[in-house]
Amino acid sequence: MNTSDTNRPDPDALLSILKKEEEKTKKARLKIFFGMCAGAGKTYDMLKAAHDALSKRTDVVIGYIETHKRPETEALLHGLPAIPRKKIDYRGTQLDEMDLDAILARRPKLVLVDELAHTNAPGSRHAKRYQDVLELLDHGIDVYTTLNVQHLESRADTVAQITGATIRETVPDSVFEQADEIEVIDISPEELLQRLNEGKVYTAERSQQAIQNFFREGNLTALREMALRLTAERVDHQLRDYMKTQRISGPWKSSQRLLVGINASRHCVALIRWARRLAYATNGSWVAVYVETTRQLSDSEKSQLSKNVKLASELGAEVITTADDDIAKALVRVAREQNATQILVGKSKYFLPFGKSLLEKIIEISGDLDIHVVGGAMDSAGRFRWLRLPVLHSAWMQYLIAALIVIAVAMICYPISPWLGYQTVSFILLLTVALMPLKFGTGPVLLAAASSALIWNFFFIPPQFTFYIGLTQDALMFLTYFVIASVTGTLTARIRARERIVIQREVRANALYALTRDLSNARNQDEVAKASVSNIENFFGGEVVIFLSDLSGDLLPQPHSASTFHADSKEFSVPAWVYWNEKKAGKFTDTLPFAAASYFPISGPRYPLGVIGIILNRSFTIDQETLLENFIRQIASALEREQLNEINKNSIAVVESERLYKTLFNSISHELRTPIAAMITASESLQHTESLKQNSLVMNLLGEIHTAADRLNRLVGNLLDMARLESGHIGLKADWCDVHDVIYSALEKLEHELSTHTVTVEVSQDLPLIKIDFGLMEQVITNLLLNAATYTPQGVHIEIKAYKESNDCILIIADNGPGFPTEALPHLFDKFYRVPGTQTGGTGLGLSIVRGFVDAHRGTISAENKNTGGAQFTIRLPLHTIPATEIITQDV
Amino acid sequence: MSDLPRILIIDDEIQIRRLLQITLESNGYKIYAAASGEEGLQQVAMTRPDMLILDLGLPDMDGIEALKKLREWSSIPVIILSVRSNETDIVAALDAGADDYLNKPFRTGELLARIRTALRHVTSPDGENSIFESGPLWVDLNARIVKIKNEIIKLTPTEFRLLSLFIRHAGKVLTHQFILNEIWGPSFAEETQYSRVYVGQLRKKIEENPTTPKLLVTESGIGYRLEVIE
Repeated sequence: MNTSDTNRPDPDALLSILKKEEEKTKKARLKIFFGMCAGAGKTYDMLKAAHDALSKRTDVVIGYIETHKRPETEALLHGLPAIPRKKIDYRGTQLDEMDLDAILARRPKLVLVDELAHTNAPGSRHAKRYQDVLELLDHGIDVYTTLNVQHLESRADTVAQITGATIRETVPDSVFEQADEIEVIDISPEELLQRLNEGKVYTAERSQQAIQNFFREGNLTALREMALRLTAERVDHQLRDYMKTQRISGPWKSSQRLLVGINASRHCVALIRWARRLAYATNGSWVAVYVETTRQLSDSEKSQLSKNVKLASELGAEVITTADDDIAKALVRVAREQNATQILVGKSKYFLPFGKSLLEKIIEISGDLDIHVVGGAMDSAGRFRWLRLPVLHSAWMQYLIAALIVIAVAMICYPISPWLGYQTVSFILLLTVALMPLKFGTGPVLLAAASSALIWNFFFIPPQFTFYIGLTQDALMFLTYFVIASVTGTLTARIRARERIVIQREVRANALYALTRDLSNARNQDEVAKASVSNIENFFGGEVVIFLSDLSGDLLPQPHSASTFHADSKEFSVPAWVYWNEKKAGKFTDTLPFAAASYFPISGPRYPLGVIGIILNRSFTIDQETLLENFIRQIASALEREQLNEINKNSIAVVESERLYKTLFNSISHELRTPIAAMITASESLQHTESLKQNSLVMNLLGEIHTAADRLNRLVGNLLDMARLESGHIGLKADWCDVHDVIYSALEKLEHELSTHTVTVEVSQDLPLIKIDFGLMEQVITNLLLNAATYTPQGVHIEIKAYKESNDCILIIADNGPGFPTEALPHLFDKFYRVPGTQTGGTGLGLSIVRGFVDAHRGTISAENKNTGGAQFTIRLPLHTIPATEIITQDV
Repeated sequence: MSDLPRILIIDDEIQIRRLLQITLESNGYKIYAAASGEEGLQQVAMTRPDMLILDLGLPDMDGIEALKKLREWSSIPVIILSVRSNETDIVAALDAGADDYLNKPFRTGELLARIRTALRHVTSPDGENSIFESGPLWVDLNARIVKIKNEIIKLTPTEFRLLSLFIRHAGKVLTHQFILNEIWGPSFAEETQYSRVYVGQLRKKIEENPTTPKLLVTESGIGYRLEVIE
């Protein structure tokens, strides 16, 4: 063993630090101005920091600022641009809220958002302002915000204890921890009280009230200590993180891991907060464990359990659910599995039916694990007792019916008991109790057992109508009866309950199996959607809507046709938000809760694939939600499989068609051009043969052949260009070109054709390089020049001009010939259009090719008759910024 | 007769082969012909021609592929024959080691000029002669002196490097990629604006009329060529 190993940082811990760092750099920065209470000057300091940022030319805007009409603060608002607040109508009153969408659309570098703990008006997208802030950060916008210590989730209890004020608006500690920077705004209680007295915080009247209630000096000192300590803890954490990454050996020991047992009780909230504080203080991680027993939970308990689980995970716990009837054993087992070193349980929350308390049992079997017991229920005793009836939990109706059955059986037996004998009656009653668990839970069965015992005693055992039992054997029988009834009742009930859980699990497993089977049978996206909708509907029993993304990664605004519920365009904003943020939203969530359905993202490993919405009457239980998440994971992988398939198929088709096109095009142009090339080359060779030059007839005929071949060559060229345009396979190869070069290149090719005309070229000096396809643009100019040369009389002057106009390059080719007939102007660029009355010898393709090529460059072309006479073509091409213009200066 | 320069033509079109054969033989070349890439490569190995004229569209293999195979073992000059609107293929062929190209239909005079340029490169290897002359341009590469009509002109270092690159490949077409790679390095291979700007500057200094260049001519969509004017 190498001793230096002990100094080595734990790789998992290092990874998690790196991950934290990575998240920080990826996300925008969050800075919290943190204070002990209102009036400390957080908003004031935040605004000052904003002015600093503004002076450094940072794009900073006010998202929401609450000045409380404090003049010093209000003065600082000047000069800072603000996003107008959004007005929300709520039951007749207008509420001002931060306009999240406006900020997202404006995309500033930094936004100021006051009062992080604020609860948004109903109808806002998120329930809480900190969720707005998280969304802003997700979109890469830095945020400055303010927060008081009492609004921090893990401190809310303590503050409530100290000050007596209930804290309703809280912010999860994870948000606080996520902050890149915390600035403590510290002020001494004396100074704060003085400010209050001077009316700098509230108006005089409110100040007095405040001083008497919340702002007592003792309170303030406690809050101040809490704020400072919290910040100190954070600094300590940062230091440790730093030392770990830098491998500086320090006093830390191997990370503590804490396990806290949670249940469906309201008191658990305090326990969970306690656990978090302890875990944070000992620099350890923590696990919250819920042990699912055969005991049925009431609806209110279920919802409380969801809240507890949510709270624990919000506070950074890893939440584990395990099924076991023995809570103590389960907790210790999970603690060992999770390498936890400490177990945290609440005091006197659980009592096992027989003998030992949960705590005693845990202590007995936990071995070397440390046990923390957290005490103190804060609720009234009555409530406490009500919650402590752990065995009697079935609906009250069940108790009533169970009791009525026992009474009915007793009444039937009563008249015939003289013939049967009272012992026989006890068996009949016992049978009744034994059969009861088939329908009822443990509670009603126990009630039936007890009441039947008493009834039997009172009405049947002599002496009748007294609880007094005369004979010893009767007394013994009564006791035996009671024990047998209770034991059979509870045991059968327990077996039934266990059976129920097994059945539930089986149902869940079957549902998942059915889904995966349907999904694997689906052959395309539509079938996947259909299978998803029908399976979710079958199992969860609500209407379902499914939105899918298209291949380019946008969410289609129309729900998939398999949906059983049609979301209108107004509702669509909710799935759209869910899609882009990959978080659930809608009914029964904190985000956009006014939607008709709850929406869940279908997240693929690389990008979102769609959204599933479901209409429910009440919120999901944890079980259901976990199952739905499993469903959605399966659906996501099936959808992704089909999408990849689709993309693959498409790309194969595209590649195939392009290859085919290229082969065809090349072979056709080869076939057509080869004979022409032979004709041109041969006739030209003959023209240059010295021995033939004397024979003028031969020379003339050769000239004719040559001209005809040239014309044919051009025609073939035009037809092939047109075919390229029509098929959309132009394949623009844009590159930086000098317009002059292009013009000259075209002129050179047409030297012969333009010999009867005069041409001037004028390119303005300030025209920069332009990004075009040299070959195509040369063809454009060639065609236009050829047009001028062919359709104007000899001696006509052709003018070519190129210059820069705003952000475009203008290219003009004009002549002083007869111009176009007015009626021809609108049709010039039409395919196969020929100006009436012109000489034969054209196909009417040249100009439509010109327009096609100019269009391909995202440019425009127009034709007109000049005022001074003659035709003019104007081409307008967009200029791009030339990269690296410094090349000219670098080489002097 | 064995002194005549020998040219191998690889083209699947019998008409083009015959035409080239007649034209070139009447101009004093010895011609061999092959109809497919495979046959052509064998002929190169067997007959050891001085030059190759290669059509890009061959029945058995792509012309560029044939060229790449050839370049594995031979460095004889190669002129590519192609049809218009195939600039990408031409650039690919030039980058794969072709010396020049010609579009079909071609003029006989042009073809003969290209053949002469390509063959001259073989007969006079680089570096022997430090003096280059073409029309009004006179350059001493060693002394770094550039004269136009006997008047010394000043070039910046980059302009001079660019000009000497053209001179070393005088008469041959140079692709943008080749120029960029040689002067600015491989990371600039896509930055065509560099070559455009510098060729423009160079033209202003060496051309009589920079708008109608006679020395540094543009090969549309492909690159530039320094013409050798006798």
